[in-house]
Amino acid sequence: MSEEESYGRIFVQLLPRVSGLRKRGLAGWAILAGSTIVSLLAIMTITAPWLSPHNPIAINVGPLLSPPSNQFPLGTNHLGQDMLSRVISGGAIMFQVSIISVIVCLLVGVPIGLFASFKGGFTDKTTSLVMDSIYAFPGLVLAIAIAAMLGPGVVNMALSIAVVYVPSYFRIIRSQVLTIKELSYVDASRMLGANTKTILVDYIFPNVVPSIVAVATINFADAILTAAGLTFVGLGLSVSTPDWGWDLTYGRQLLASGAWWVIAFPGLMVVLLALGFTLLGEGLSELFNPRLEK
Amino acid sequence: MGQPLLKIDGLSVEYSTMRGRIRAVSDVSLNLEKGSTLGLVGESGSGKSTLGFSILRLVPQPGRIVSGEIDFEGTNLLEHSQEDMRKIRGAQVSMIFQDPMTSLNPVKRIRDHFIELYKTHEPSVRKEEAVSRAAKLLDSLGIAGERIDDYPHQFSGGMRQRVMIGLALALNPGLVIADEPTTALDVIVEAQILELLKRLKDERQLTLILITHNIGIVAEMADIVGVMYAGQIIELGPTEDMFEDPLHPYTKGLLESAPNIEHPERSMRPIPGSPPDMVTPPSGCRFHPRCPRVFEPCPLKEPALIERKRRLVACHLYD
Amino acid sequence: MPLLEVKQLTRYFPVQKSLLEAAFSKKRDFVRAVDGIDFSVSRGETYGLVGESGSGKTTTGRLAVRLDVPSSGDILFDGQSLSSISSRNLMKFRRRAQMIFQDPMAALNPRMRVGPAIRHGLDIQEIGSEQERRQEVVRILERVGLTPPELFYDKYPHQLSGGQRQRVVIARAMILKPEFVVADEPVAMVDVSIRAQILDLMLSLKQELGLTYVFITHDLATANYFCNKIAIMYLGKIVEFGLRDEVFKSPKHPYTVALMSAIPVPDPKHKMQRAIPRGEIPSPINPPSGCRFHPRCSYAFDRCQKEDPGMTRMSGTHYVACHLFDKPSSV
Repeated sequence: MSEEESYGRIFVQLLPRVSGLRKRGLAGWAILAGSTIVSLLAIMTITAPWLSPHNPIAINVGPLLSPPSNQFPLGTNHLGQDMLSRVISGGAIMFQVSIISVIVCLLVGVPIGLFASFKGGFTDKTTSLVMDSIYAFPGLVLAIAIAAMLGPGVVNMALSIAVVYVPSYFRIIRSQVLTIKELSYVDASRMLGANTKTILVDYIFPNVVPSIVAVATINFADAILTAAGLTFVGLGLSVSTPDWGWDLTYGRQLLASGAWWVIAFPGLMVVLLALGFTLLGEGLSELFNPRLEK
Repeated sequence: MGQPLLKIDGLSVEYSTMRGRIRAVSDVSLNLEKGSTLGLVGESGSGKSTLGFSILRLVPQPGRIVSGEIDFEGTNLLEHSQEDMRKIRGAQVSMIFQDPMTSLNPVKRIRDHFIELYKTHEPSVRKEEAVSRAAKLLDSLGIAGERIDDYPHQFSGGMRQRVMIGLALALNPGLVIADEPTTALDVIVEAQILELLKRLKDERQLTLILITHNIGIVAEMADIVGVMYAGQIIELGPTEDMFEDPLHPYTKGLLESAPNIEHPERSMRPIPGSPPDMVTPPSGCRFHPRCPRVFEPCPLKEPALIERKRRLVACHLYD
Repeated sequence: MPLLEVKQLTRYFPVQKSLLEAAFSKKRDFVRAVDGIDFSVSRGETYGLVGESGSGKTTTGRLAVRLDVPSSGDILFDGQSLSSISSRNLMKFRRRAQMIFQDPMAALNPRMRVGPAIRHGLDIQEIGSEQERRQEVVRILERVGLTPPELFYDKYPHQLSGGQRQRVVIARAMILKPEFVVADEPVAMVDVSIRAQILDLMLSLKQELGLTYVFITHDLATANYFCNKIAIMYLGKIVEFGLRDEVFKSPKHPYTVALMSAIPVPDPKHKMQRAIPRGEIPSPINPPSGCRFHPRCSYAFDRCQKEDPGMTRMSGTHYVACHLFDKPSSV
């Protein structure tokens, strides 16, 4: 089989099987709810330029620090920026950061996980050691440390989150591979003459995909929260881009003066998006590895 | 004679799965006299294990008993409360499970298994007495007394199964259900356990339901044989009669498909086809697609269980 | 020349030690799965390796098809050593020797449909064109009784029954037209009424392809049906071997006698007379000294504990490893 065919096969395996969701009970509802939330927020973010009533970064469009009113339903912040527009547009960064970090994790974590745990022995032991060391760090602390080294910017934020998350992919994949490689269908593939690459691509990877999907969606959720956290401590982005993380930072300071709306609505959005991804991830996880399977 | 010890009437058990509803047990009726051994034979999907679990109302979710009566010593077990069932399980009706590896609690010593059993059913018994009774019992089953302080993982498969048998017999139940008790064991250990069960049967006049797919075991151990196919009992009668002159074509096929070293010419004859899909079983007689003697009524009407030649059989050939 | 020759084969697996044990004890423990066996299989034979758990039969089977390498000793396939085989010759070997596995569910990739799974061997070995490969799959599906083949081609393993899955396993092995097949408990996890179907299929394929089988099982009755030669294994050693009828009708080794007496007979009038050895199979990590069976044997005497018996010839084809039969002609 050609290279293209094998990579094409990989891609096809990635499309989750979502037929018959209704019959899946709780898992189905979780997936439905989760994907609805995420899709709506994604659509909102993509159509932000048309949806926002005002330019989210334009200052003084309204009175400074005014509470929610008919004119400004979500109020304004200390710079006179319209909070509604900021909330609508602020998700872009979140999506970008989380998507990039997930892609990096997949490109790095999956091959390492597959190969090291399949090879076993010294390769497996050393890689596990490295991964466990990274995993031992509290995620946010490590992300902050790396972001501080790399500097501001969307890509750098995504990279620091990716580094923190790769060990999670590695662990899940490793536990799956260790089980699968003892199964007789892997022996059977050896009997057909398959080499390591063929075994990993055609026999092991397709059976590991469900767990990868589950980890990836939780990764999204975690990335969003971490991105907000990084911005909160000032390691995120430049000021001009509308970003929920920035609103959280300033909103906290403004809370003292009673302006609750600056932190509340963006905060709600962050939680909502993280929730959406979490529901989706847990639902998919239950779907692919049902715990009550007879 | 008098009342049979166990009387099952029209029992049906259903499982709700993602693919649809499965009738694991369909309208099963049978009587079991005190002191006799019933061998329930069938292949995978026949419903024999489900039937065994139903008697103790241990059918796992998503299964449910949907109809019928199970009369044990005169009372209907299906009408008991959960509390009453707990009193019955282990004391009046007990079970020997298939896999000795997973049926014992790995974090409890053997003595604690027995203490728990006594505490549940005979709370007045003191710990010391429970342990000494258990040790004596295990000794009679071939396990040295001092091993009662060990954990399950320190025992081999055969010894664990002896412990299971001990737990099942400790409170002298009226009925013991053994679900494939030797399937997970090696040949020689299986032989040891079968000899042990035979001895216990005689010594204690046990009433035993032996669930298995191995007809050699049934030939040796059972007084009455019940053959199950696709959730139904298709033939039920005395062992010798069943083996000498099987009436139902499936029974005949089952006997002929088994290996027989003494008479190889009568053995290893396959039954064509495969076990039925339990979500959409075949119409009429469920065995008809595989039956060598199928004729007009078979796909149309389900045969009823009728009495012929000292046994019950469900087959249109005998209508 | 025999097709398969096994010479003084051993396979030891190191026992994992905890950190404490590794730190404080120099002793290394091994599971002696295969502890010095010799046998050979000639073309066209169906050679049964019979034993209980811990006998080493499955490990031997895997070694015979090079899914594993020996700790010592050698395996010769058609005169060529499998231990020192080049990777190119190994690829060729993979066409000539195949395996049928015990658990039909675990032996099939749940994410691969039946057609592509069976085809994969042809794909890897680059045999024939796309078109020809598909035709071969259709042909073999019919041959193993999975008809209509077009229907089964696209099914996933979980959509098949146990017997059907096992046929797929067989098809996948046979499509490469091997000469030698190791079948590891091929019907142990298949329904009783289907077993004969599968075994008959394997026998008819033997006729068609001129196969040689090594048949691994714990079920003596099945071995009696399928095999023409039997070797009885216990704790990593072969204790007796010979023609089927020799071993079944006049077993010599006390362990063989015990196994034979334990075979269930589906006849209520038959009285089982079991010769049951005491105790259970000891751990293969520290097998008993001398004859491995001596602690359980009712006939054991002094020598049994001290000396590992060699093979004694009972007839041109029948050999037993037991001091009861030691004669000057023992090997």
